Amino acid sequence: MKRTFWLFGLLLALALAVMPKAAFAQDPTPQPTPQATPSDDQVNAIAKTLYCPVCENIPLDVCPTLACEQWREQIREKLALGWDEQQIRDYFILQYGDRVVDEPPKRGLNWLAYIVPPVVFLVGAYVVYRVLRGRLHVTETGEGAPEPAPPEGDEYTARLEQELERRQ
Amino acid sequence: MVVVLGSGALLIAFVVALYGIGAAVYGVVKKAPQWVSSARNAMLLTFPLLTVVALSLIYLLVTDHFEVEYVYSVTSRSMPTYLRVTALWGGQAGSLIFWSWLMSAFASAVTLRDWKRDREFLPWVIVVSLVTLAFFLTLSIFFENPFVRTWQYSSGVAVSAVLQPAGTQPLTRLDGLGLNPLLRHPGMVIHPPMLYLGFVSFVIPFAFAIAALVTGRTDDRWIRVTRRWTLWAWLFLSLGLVLGGRWAYDVLGWGGYWGWDPVEIAAFMPWLTGTAFLHSVMIQEKRGMFKQWNIVLIVLTYCLVIFGTFLTRSGVLSSVHAFAQSAIGPMFFSFISLTFLISLALLSHRWQSLKSENELTSLFSREALFLVNNLLFIGILVVCFWGVIFPLLTEALGFIGRAIPSLSHIFTGQKVTVGPAFYERATGPLWAGLLLLMGVAPLAAWRASTAKTLGKAIWKPLIASLVVLAVLLATGTRQLGALVGFWLAALVIAVTLYEFWRGAQARHRRAGESLPVALWRLAGRNRRRYGGYIIHLGVILMAIGIIGIEMFQTETQGSIPLGGQLSLNEYTIRYDSLAEFDTADGRNVARAVVSVYKDGEWVDELYPRRDYYYEAQQAMTIPGLRSTMEDDLYLLLVDWQPLSTQNATFKIYHNPLVSWLWFGAVVFILGTFVAAWPEREMVTMERSVGAVRTSVGA
Amino acid sequence: MKRSPRWGVLLAWLVVISLLVLIAVQLRSAMEGSVGEGQNAPVFTLQTFDGQTIGLEEMADKVVVVNFWASWCTPCEVEAADLQDAWEHYQPRGDVLFLGVDYVDTETEALEYLERFAITYPNGPDLGTRVSQAFRITGVPETYFIDKDGVLAYTKIGPFGSLGEIMDIVDGMLE
Repeated sequence: MKRTFWLFGLLLALALAVMPKAAFAQDPTPQPTPQATPSDDQVNAIAKTLYCPVCENIPLDVCPTLACEQWREQIREKLALGWDEQQIRDYFILQYGDRVVDEPPKRGLNWLAYIVPPVVFLVGAYVVYRVLRGRLHVTETGEGAPEPAPPEGDEYTARLEQELERRQ
Repeated sequence: MVVVLGSGALLIAFVVALYGIGAAVYGVVKKAPQWVSSARNAMLLTFPLLTVVALSLIYLLVTDHFEVEYVYSVTSRSMPTYLRVTALWGGQAGSLIFWSWLMSAFASAVTLRDWKRDREFLPWVIVVSLVTLAFFLTLSIFFENPFVRTWQYSSGVAVSAVLQPAGTQPLTRLDGLGLNPLLRHPGMVIHPPMLYLGFVSFVIPFAFAIAALVTGRTDDRWIRVTRRWTLWAWLFLSLGLVLGGRWAYDVLGWGGYWGWDPVEIAAFMPWLTGTAFLHSVMIQEKRGMFKQWNIVLIVLTYCLVIFGTFLTRSGVLSSVHAFAQSAIGPMFFSFISLTFLISLALLSHRWQSLKSENELTSLFSREALFLVNNLLFIGILVVCFWGVIFPLLTEALGFIGRAIPSLSHIFTGQKVTVGPAFYERATGPLWAGLLLLMGVAPLAAWRASTAKTLGKAIWKPLIASLVVLAVLLATGTRQLGALVGFWLAALVIAVTLYEFWRGAQARHRRAGESLPVALWRLAGRNRRRYGGYIIHLGVILMAIGIIGIEMFQTETQGSIPLGGQLSLNEYTIRYDSLAEFDTADGRNVARAVVSVYKDGEWVDELYPRRDYYYEAQQAMTIPGLRSTMEDDLYLLLVDWQPLSTQNATFKIYHNPLVSWLWFGAVVFILGTFVAAWPEREMVTMERSVGAVRTSVGA
Repeated sequence: MKRSPRWGVLLAWLVVISLLVLIAVQLRSAMEGSVGEGQNAPVFTLQTFDGQTIGLEEMADKVVVVNFWASWCTPCEVEAADLQDAWEHYQPRGDVLFLGVDYVDTETEALEYLERFAITYPNGPDLGTRVSQAFRITGVPETYFIDKDGVLAYTKIGPFGSLGEIMDIVDGMLE
């Protein structure tokens, strides 16, 4: 029991340690103040998170077509007006639909996109936990077989195993 | 003439394949081995036939036979010969032939092995291989025939057919459309063949798994037979994926190597389950456990291969990779349905017979850690699969919103895009978990290991890794993800090197061998284990490269006049000159000469260019690249801004550590060679270990 | 214990069959082209660039000509003048309506385009690409002719070659 807690605690700490916000740094988003012509870098920082509405699966910052160039100019216009990233994303969604941003907008059915993988993973982790605990296994012996304590007679076999391992 | 030869051989191969299936089934049902032998010969015959087909097609591609529609669509007069050969896999029809040819090659190779111990598997392996081959040949003959030519009636009406219809003349074309410019790169020469090799070779383990399920012979035998084969299949798939990444980096001009495009992911998913399989199969061999799970994994891998192929070629997915929509969609769908349903039915039928022999005894034993390894790989698979399927799902469920208006704001039916941010965020922690396992699992013993024994084994490498962490912190690294990633990388390197050192030390003490000899013999005697360690080292080096580019990449874009400068971090570039000219192979090249300075010192001259292909009316931006182990400077000429000698727009990417990704991949491949190299001693060693174990009464 | 494997197997079957159904549905919709002639035309609302709303009311009992275009689409320019001429010809009658749906475009460039070709019939952006998705267009330019009963009478893929071509179709529908 204590060992399990220890193990899960370790896994949880590890998972929290690589939490999303710290994990992948992005370029700093532009400040929401009206400014003179926003630079290419500022435009690209936002265009990077959008997709070309016409061509398939090409991010807006690298798309070479005339239409994409016009959309990048539109981002520049909006930045010059002082819009922030979220406003620009919302504007693009309104104009061109949900598929223009790089993640499903978090509303309605789209929440499933974010919820299903962690839930499935947790279910899988639970199954693994049960298997490790010996209560769920695929032999024909009944469920709930007692967890074998490390027996002393096995010290010899354990050493033998190690020896064999090394000789392999 | 050659067209008739090629299409004739194709048809004959199809008939032979059908015969083989019938003969094998008949031979099994009527217990008549001579029919099974005949089926075996049929399978062997498909290879020379399909070689004739492939060679015919290559001949047509190389000799400008533009009346053949496939040749017209993928070659042109200005293309060099080697590219014309690679045009074999440049389009749908040709790549299906290529696939079938590889399929027949592998199936024949497997047929030629010694079947003495596995007589009952043979007919079913033949059936599965030939059914798959027959399917692809059906696609080639009836839906995407590469030998179709265009004919013209005197009225001017054109018609497509392989053989000449009465009253028509061949439509002569002066030139072809040419291969898609993106494919005209050395990387593209080798990436599709490698990927196809990987995909196709997974049919063999699948065939054996099905054979095991059908015959009820679900012991270890099928795994032992296919183990090396699976490793090679996995090698080719890994190589194909890495080459695809390198090609994207070199040619696509967006400063990256992996875009989480649905088609990329479709090729990646079988790799995930394949890797999980390679690990968990070791549990079955050592402890006889998880038979059900292993067979599920191999069936799943193959199903994902077929599923990925279907997604790429059917037009269901929108992607830059996807082949144009065609009529093969429904046919392909029938094939995958059949494959999925029959596999599932066989698995359900034999589920109870796949029972385990042993129980897990310790949470920290190697079996337990391998199980966690599988959990993590499947976790990543679920994220990838869900990300690919989800847009299809929301679009399909839109009908609910249309039928019930009050629910229309939930079931909008709007297409969504699932992009890199989603995948990176969801899989990041899982990759970190795998890195941790790579550090811990080699030190865990089979069957019995406690936290204490593990701790005792790991403390030295752990200290080493913490030293690295301290150095990172001291030199200013603050990003949590990078710190954790590099610390884990250091841990795994320390553990792996420690394992090598321990093994070599043991040999040195026992046999007096010097360290280099000891290392060589060590790897030689235990190819799988130490090959595996080298593979892990390769993975860690790749991880270092990936952390570098993903977390520390910076970029800038700017328009500068001739002689002007643009800076990014410690680098400054100076726009020296621009030359624009036409080349012999039909493109207009704009090539800039740029000087690169680092911290004020000149370090390099780069030549980013924009190639415009006249026929395809498509432009490609080829970066000027400066690679060192420390970082890459990736320079692009931004082609959609007007190019003139007055002003040019450049985009600079600074990619720290990315060369470790490619270097690590080389180590990875070498490690796989070490692990996969045939080893006669292995079999005897396993038998003796097994004998010892049973005598001890374990 | 037989219970545990059984629901696992059941779940596996459920997942596989749902997946196959989903793929079948998506494959079918990927393979069907744009809305076919003879079918009921999709119902939609257009918010024009000058703030009007054109909906079911405005389209009732009229022959509606829906033209999908974009400012970045070069073939669209070929037919722009002809469409405007056709509109000027039919407008006085009152029972023909020309609508321009601007497909994934930027407002500035779109308004420039309309000014360049002096287009006066109602034009609006295809917000969220809803209208183009409803018609399942495969590119621009495409024009859909809807008769007075709301049935799609004719589809034109690509630009019109001449004013006569447009008028022939509309005249045919007005009989």
